[in-house]
Amino acid sequence: MNGVSTAIEFQRAGFRLPDGRALLAALDLTVARGETLVLLGRSGSGKTTTLKLVNRLLDPTDGRVLVEDRPTTEWDPIRLRRRIGYVIQEIGLFPHFTIEENVAVVPRLEGWNSERTQKRVRELLDLVGLDPARFAGRYPRELSGGQRQRVGVARALAADPPIMLLDEPFGALDPITRREIQEEFRSLQRRLGKTMVFVTHDVGEAFLLASRIALLKDGRIVLLGRPRDFLASRDPEVVAFVSCLRGAEEVAAAP
Amino acid sequence: MNLWQFLLAHRAEVFQLSLEHLFLVAVSTGIAILIGVPLGIALTRRPGLGKPILGFANIMQTVPSLALFGFLIPLNIYLFNVRIIGGIGARTAIAALALYALLPIIRNTFTGINGVDPAIREAGRGLGMTDRQLLLQVEVPLALGVIVAGIRVATVIAVGTATIAAAIDAGGLGRYIFRGLRMNDNTLILAGAVPAALLALAADFLLGAVEHRFGRGARRFNRRHAFAALGVIAAAVVVIAAVTLHSGAARRIAIGSKDFTEQIILGEIVAQTIESRTGLPVERRFDLGGNLAHDALVAGEIDAYVEYTGTALTAILKLPPLSDAREVYRRAKAEYAARFHVEWLEPLGFNNTFAILVRGDDAKKLRLKTISDIARYAAKWRAGFGQDFISRPDGYEGFVRAYRLKFAEVREMDLSLTYRALATGQVDIIAGNSTDGLIAQLGLVQLEDDRHYFPPYDAVPVAREDTLGRHPEIRAALAALANAISVEEMRRMNLAVDGERRAAREVAEEFLRRKKLAGG
Repeated sequence: MNGVSTAIEFQRAGFRLPDGRALLAALDLTVARGETLVLLGRSGSGKTTTLKLVNRLLDPTDGRVLVEDRPTTEWDPIRLRRRIGYVIQEIGLFPHFTIEENVAVVPRLEGWNSERTQKRVRELLDLVGLDPARFAGRYPRELSGGQRQRVGVARALAADPPIMLLDEPFGALDPITRREIQEEFRSLQRRLGKTMVFVTHDVGEAFLLASRIALLKDGRIVLLGRPRDFLASRDPEVVAFVSCLRGAEEVAAAP
Repeated sequence: MNLWQFLLAHRAEVFQLSLEHLFLVAVSTGIAILIGVPLGIALTRRPGLGKPILGFANIMQTVPSLALFGFLIPLNIYLFNVRIIGGIGARTAIAALALYALLPIIRNTFTGINGVDPAIREAGRGLGMTDRQLLLQVEVPLALGVIVAGIRVATVIAVGTATIAAAIDAGGLGRYIFRGLRMNDNTLILAGAVPAALLALAADFLLGAVEHRFGRGARRFNRRHAFAALGVIAAAVVVIAAVTLHSGAARRIAIGSKDFTEQIILGEIVAQTIESRTGLPVERRFDLGGNLAHDALVAGEIDAYVEYTGTALTAILKLPPLSDAREVYRRAKAEYAARFHVEWLEPLGFNNTFAILVRGDDAKKLRLKTISDIARYAAKWRAGFGQDFISRPDGYEGFVRAYRLKFAEVREMDLSLTYRALATGQVDIIAGNSTDGLIAQLGLVQLEDDRHYFPPYDAVPVAREDTLGRHPEIRAALAALANAISVEEMRRMNLAVDGERRAAREVAEEFLRRKKLAGG
């Protein structure tokens, strides 16, 4: 990362299934260090595919993806993934591990000693607003959805990765919890200054968290820009998304 | 004697047999785990292997155990100079039981690991776990409940199947069951079956508890734990297997026998004669089912046993039956020397042919003396024949043809059960053995073979040529038994064991003493 201002770069990157169907076509996109790029779009628009190309859960079938100026295909996938935090909607906490053990997965894989690991786990649980004394020894099934999602974020942050990928991390939460956790996440984001790629189909969430938004449709970028660029756009897909936001505001503003 | 009294009186032996039984189950299931779990894991990594491997395991489950034993005994598979498969005894029984246990273990490992939530797997990969880390830290621990369930099924199956191991002298509770069937003794059958059932229930309960414990995934199941667990199982299997495989390593003269009373008495007579006249140490490998005694002799697992001329001619040499006793002996002797390097010694003096038997009161009422006399009743009669009689070329098919008989019904059942079926009126005619002690005890009447259909079955010791070459004194010792046993004497000895519940060893000893055959 030394002196590099670009964290991730897609160069005409595409991904097609073995049957030839293209999920992503000739994507050109640059994510700057410390930026939060939100990938917005309907289901099946290619958001998750884009994300998986970054940590090599998928390899591009066309073009290439650079992470820290190196094509992902030249990275050892294990090393690459340990430099990239990953949070998914289903969270994927290990049910047979305690909260502490879940958060400690990557430090342990990296061979940290137990003292350092324990200290880091406490720090992270504090950071995501869970009292370590209460939660460290519990199992995922004993936690609420919101609490589990916080653990998922803490686990992704454990080894202090410079890049974070988040795939609809708050999608399964009820609206109130979701709003709370979004606000917390925004302040966390400001404090940590990480490069983030955040997938959502919730335009409100996108506007709240994004430095820039990329709107995807059928595996192509419809619009890439700052939130205010979206309000100005006439593109029907952009208008459709923005009107969701307006709809909520109009109802709120109605007498 | 009721079951409880019997178990109490023989508690030391019951305990011993239960231990043997558990040993067979533990080692075979241990081997099946060591092979099956890695195979199941391999299947999740290479789904293309699924069909052939699961297909093989499936087929193994359907092979009848005696057929599997017959297939395994002649094999000579070595690992580091130790014979791991082949021959009679625990070794081959364990190999067969392990093959039976494979399917549930492979299948459950495969489905257990495939059943892990894909989101959890993706999270693990996304966090930068290698495939091995994902497998050992996440997939196997989460699948452990299902894997243990497979091991539980395999173990319970093995407890049941291990009873058949007694057919190849591998010990276990099957000994009581086989002996009970042979002697028509329900108590003895139960004395084997009830403890075996209790073992199965106990194994089921214990492994059920383990399974429950892992139902939500094993906590803290890291690589070290995994290897430690596998290491413990492997070490136990190796140690226990080494102990058994070497227990018979000291070279003794091994005397075999088939799995019925007369054979065990004859085995004892041969064994004791060699012991007393040559001083060589003798090992007894009795109770070998089917033609396994022959397989074991040819494979060098035993050095001698008593065979019957007619059986050798038709069942083993697959030659057409002959009626002249001297001719049968001559043919068998020549063929065995050429094909198997096995020598036929002097005949013991009695003929154990098939005896066509009816109830005493039927014989009296209908004035039955010869087999021809039954021709006009056969159409109303139910016959009960052993598997052996039904399948042999000198058995059922030729018999009904020779006497032009057609029975109302032919039931195929275990030979030992036919006597009781006849005595209790469930069938009307059976084919027993002419020397069987039960003939007198149950008041049965043997009908004369007036058309001389049944070939002679003279009892003759057969021995490996190389053994006789090394120890020519064995040939000399057994010469003392030439023509020493009449059919009446054999019947009496059979009755002493089957009817009076005396030990075969003791009956043989007494016979040799009375006939002044015991040397030394």
